[in-house]
Amino acid sequence: MRRLRLERLANPQLLALVGVLAINWLLFPSFFNVTWQDGRFFGSFIDVLNRGAPVAILAIGMTGVIATKGVDLSVGAIMAVCGAVAATMVVAGYPAPIAVIAALAVGLACGLWNGFLVAVLDIQPIVATLVLMVAGRGIAQLITEGSIVTFNDPSLIFVGTGSFLGFPMAAVIAVVLMVLVTLLVRRTAIGLFIQAIGVNRAAASLAGIHSRMLLMLVYALSGLCAAIAGVVVAADIRGADANNAGLWLELDAILAVVIGGTSLLGGRFSIPMAVLGALIIQAMNTGILVSGFPPEFNLVVKAGMIILILLLQSPYAALPFKRRPAASNKSASS
Amino acid sequence: MTIITKLAIAASLATALTSVSIAQDNLKGLVVGFSQIGSESGWRAAETSVTKAQAEERGIDLKFADAQQKQENQIKAIRGFIAQGVDAIMVAPVVATGWEDVLTEAKEAEIPVILLDRGVDAPEDLYLTSVASDQVKEGRVAGQWLVDTVGDADCKVVELQGTVGSTPAINRKQGFEEAIAGHDNITIARSQTGDFTRSKGKEVMEGFIKAENGGKDICAVYAHNDDMAVGAIQAIKDAGLKPGTDIKVVSIDAVPDIFAAMVNGEANATVELTPNMAGPAFDALSAYLADGTEPAKFIITESKLYTPADNPQGEYDTRKGLGY
Repeated sequence: MRRLRLERLANPQLLALVGVLAINWLLFPSFFNVTWQDGRFFGSFIDVLNRGAPVAILAIGMTGVIATKGVDLSVGAIMAVCGAVAATMVVAGYPAPIAVIAALAVGLACGLWNGFLVAVLDIQPIVATLVLMVAGRGIAQLITEGSIVTFNDPSLIFVGTGSFLGFPMAAVIAVVLMVLVTLLVRRTAIGLFIQAIGVNRAAASLAGIHSRMLLMLVYALSGLCAAIAGVVVAADIRGADANNAGLWLELDAILAVVIGGTSLLGGRFSIPMAVLGALIIQAMNTGILVSGFPPEFNLVVKAGMIILILLLQSPYAALPFKRRPAASNKSASS
Repeated sequence: MTIITKLAIAASLATALTSVSIAQDNLKGLVVGFSQIGSESGWRAAETSVTKAQAEERGIDLKFADAQQKQENQIKAIRGFIAQGVDAIMVAPVVATGWEDVLTEAKEAEIPVILLDRGVDAPEDLYLTSVASDQVKEGRVAGQWLVDTVGDADCKVVELQGTVGSTPAINRKQGFEEAIAGHDNITIARSQTGDFTRSKGKEVMEGFIKAENGGKDICAVYAHNDDMAVGAIQAIKDAGLKPGTDIKVVSIDAVPDIFAAMVNGEANATVELTPNMAGPAFDALSAYLADGTEPAKFIITESKLYTPADNPQGEYDTRKGLGY
């Protein structure tokens, strides 16, 4: 019964994605043309999957954080740090797997630091994660010494530009991660606990939920996701760009989660919907690129579309079309 | 070549060199304060290291202050230099406005101020001179290279702009358009912003390639900086085309990685934004201190064109050490 209702709530996001893709198709008729080239699919729609992957990966981690009524502003900076770690290590001669593991470990440590500030020291999440958001980029610049560290290690590059069964590696990683994390939170009680903390942390603690442990877990997961995204982005351009890697992507990730229907006030959340939100954002970006609009319009078009999508999700927007409106949906879709 | 001609050349070279060092001997032992913006880009890091090297070569004691992108830090640093009684101050201003007070203080203390790389909105008598590149000219040099290269053949260009509304993006676009004006065979088919970054350059180029018949219709890509060009080169390769051959690549800045691409035949031309702003600044200062020669108010650095014929491997090696 409950599952069915969740499926129904998915509609606004799917509609938005279909709508954006349809607009892209109208503006650029060969948008969905996919050809086979050099052992992989090639086309604008594949670009959406490939380019949307980093934000999707961030959104997977961000969903858990937002569901606990928190927010993680540091993910963009953590991406820069982890990309820098992976790049400088392969340049220094370490094998790619070691470099990637080190980068992921650094991301995990950054996430645990955020979790420590939020869960143990009880600092407000927006302030706690602001620390790393500001400092992280400086750390990344220290690691790369202010320059773009370029590398040529084929196995590290494969993470960003390789393909699996013809699909871009970045998108494959995002999908695998989405499935794993969704199973983790939905096949165990963790998802329910996260929701409980988001709705009312004090009550959840009284009910016996180990809220500190769980908060540490969601921030650590967010840091790990940021590390994966950071490695993917660095591998994609074959270099770690401390100044620009992941810049402002934390905002895109939050937007993806919100478009996905998760409330910033905590509680109900959906990871696949957040990934869908990331795809919607990227479909708009790619659409603008192939449509040939002058760049001055980029942000205006994007802002207009996002307002429209969020309006579609408002419980009041659905009012005229439903018999039994607001009351039942209000808590769910905001 | 006979021994005598060799000796003669060596002698004339030596005279030329000594004449430079005599002219600049008056800088030896001077204390010069340098307020740098920060280290937001590789070019900025290179400018810092070149400035330090130029100062050392001339025996100048350079006091370096990193402002970390904040004007208040720069103003503080300049006040500090004035209090220390330095002989001259160099500033790479982070923004154009708000400099009048502190520059007036420097003027009252009779310390000449030289602006590097960017200008300010302040009366011209408050600073000795301003050394900067001409960004419109950079675009023009890039455009002229394309005009000369394609001749009469039809050429569809895609443009990767810098950050929307930023001065270099506006000027480099304008310069390029000026150069190709009157050559109807060259048209800018698409133009989008790549935010001066490698990853956005790659993403935008992927979009362009899809939009222009799999890239087969594109004859050249013009990027407002080398980083975007490096990203575009990867996108071209991913599309199964040959950068440098199927799609020509011309960009601006001359950072090491574009020379690495040139070595592989993947980039065709770059216009240098020289990190050596301090050299001309010290020359102007030397002349001013020697006999009071007022330098030109705006010293424009050279916008040199580099192609694969200009020893890209050597350029890569020398530049790599500058901290790009």
